[in-house]
Amino acid sequence: MTEVLLEARNIGKRFGGVQALKDVSLTIRRGEIYGLIGPNGAGKTTLFNVFTGLYPRDGGEVLFAGKPLSLESPHTVAAAGIARTFQNIRLFANMTARENVMVGRHVRTRAGVFGAILHTRAERAEEAAIRRRADELLHYVGIDDRADALARNLSYGDQRRLEIARALATDPQLLALDEPAAGMNATETAGLRQLIEGLRRDGLTVLLIEHDVKLVMGLCDRVAVLDYGEKIAEDVPEVVRKNPKVIEAYLGTSAH
Amino acid sequence: MDILLQQIINGLTTGSVYAVVALGYTMVYGVIQLINFAHGEVVMIGAMVAFSVIASLAGSTLPPLAIVLAGVLAAIPACMAIGYSLERVAYRPLRHAPRLAPLITAIGMSIILQHLALLIWGRNPLAFPQIIDNPSFAIGGAAISGVQIAIILLSMVMMAGLSWFVYRTRFGIAIRATAENVHVAALMGINANRVIAATFVIGAGLGAVAGVMFGTYYGIAHYTMGFTLGLKAFSAAVLGGIGNLPGAMVGGLLLGLVEALGTGYIGEMTDLCRWPGAGSGTGWMGERCADGEHFVLFGSNYQDVFAFLMLILVLVFRPSGLLGERVSERA
Repeated sequence: MTEVLLEARNIGKRFGGVQALKDVSLTIRRGEIYGLIGPNGAGKTTLFNVFTGLYPRDGGEVLFAGKPLSLESPHTVAAAGIARTFQNIRLFANMTARENVMVGRHVRTRAGVFGAILHTRAERAEEAAIRRRADELLHYVGIDDRADALARNLSYGDQRRLEIARALATDPQLLALDEPAAGMNATETAGLRQLIEGLRRDGLTVLLIEHDVKLVMGLCDRVAVLDYGEKIAEDVPEVVRKNPKVIEAYLGTSAH
Repeated sequence: MDILLQQIINGLTTGSVYAVVALGYTMVYGVIQLINFAHGEVVMIGAMVAFSVIASLAGSTLPPLAIVLAGVLAAIPACMAIGYSLERVAYRPLRHAPRLAPLITAIGMSIILQHLALLIWGRNPLAFPQIIDNPSFAIGGAAISGVQIAIILLSMVMMAGLSWFVYRTRFGIAIRATAENVHVAALMGINANRVIAATFVIGAGLGAVAGVMFGTYYGIAHYTMGFTLGLKAFSAAVLGGIGNLPGAMVGGLLLGLVEALGTGYIGEMTDLCRWPGAGSGTGWMGERCADGEHFVLFGSNYQDVFAFLMLILVLVFRPSGLLGERVSERA
């Protein structure tokens, strides 16, 4: 068995009277594409937001690369090596594609006011390195020809790609994608699939939340299914597909 | 004398100062949506500090320009320290409070700073010591002074420098990212507190220079000068579109021009004796206007009205400002 990258134990999250997550435990292994699916409102995005430090959790713990993950602030999570994209794209709309990716490098570099004003040789060298890295990442996701375009002027599919490039700029060990195929047409989805497969080839671990079950089943090494805030299955796609609880959650039965 | 050209020169001079002060308002607003009403007071303190230093060095053997430079170099760090303290002490604890709370705090800080200045420098205006010659140059029927040239050039350099900093450096990218979405910027490892503090410090540093320029232009500095100057610069920032850097620059220059041209022509335009028929007519008006007399309704003491008139017009007809755009609701 390969190394475990992220282990979540008994994660709980309550919003007022709603128990959004109930004792959810899961393990993500290094180098795999791990899918997280479930009907609307099952708690997928909530779990995601807990992992990435956007929501405080009510119970449980998260181990990342063997160490307890401090979920105090989004910044510590990013520094630990978890990067994410958003279901509703959140780019810096009035900045160029390249600048968006350059922002991502802030996790790994120090940018000071005085360094910027004095513009020392070291500062210039680091800035040039960041610019180069940004261009590499834009090339990697396939939008290098749009580097100088404002993010808001990119096509929907390219905005998704740019968000992935920006997340990659933080040098993550785990890349978490929240419904990356949402709103994409068939061609764009096929391109996205190639991109994610490329990420796995390059050794990255990917956590994928997706509505498109076909995409998840075809792409993921293992899949977990959430329903009403509880994990009802976790296995390779072929097994999960046949799990009666999963079928019930997706199709619904009168017994419920 | 060519009144039009002369008023354009005067307007560009004061407009440059408004623009530099407006940048301080608009930068802070862009990042945390706070109107830092104490900014005008920071500008005033910049002028006061510089004048004190210049006055104390005026008797020395240093060359005059070096004395002025020493004044400016003392004012900049003093104002930066005040700008930083304002953010740390007054605004940061209220970062997540309802928006009215920091706004009222800003007004309170403005009053505190004004009275602090009153305690330190007294209620009499400080006069700018006459240590430098202010040569006047004639251009096309108007005159431009050395101080005016210096103010316009220095303002242009500062605006260009700030634009370079914000649009071309890494820290500038961090500022713009924080302005667009502070949560996502934090996910990317940007320390929002540092960015916010930096915008206060940079705005205050620019404000210090603006205060010295303004005081030098009018020859005096007074503990209340920050109030009107601050309100005008704020109007300029709103005129250009608050939160928008080029907008603040355009708004400041435009406001200075409107104010100068308005002041230059309002007397002539509201002189009832120059209206058709009035001067030659009989009766009360004819008597009043005989022998080339004037009957002016509004004189140049209405100077301060123009800034606020423009503010009102902008708020009524284009609330997002000249260069501002409607900001879509963030997801």
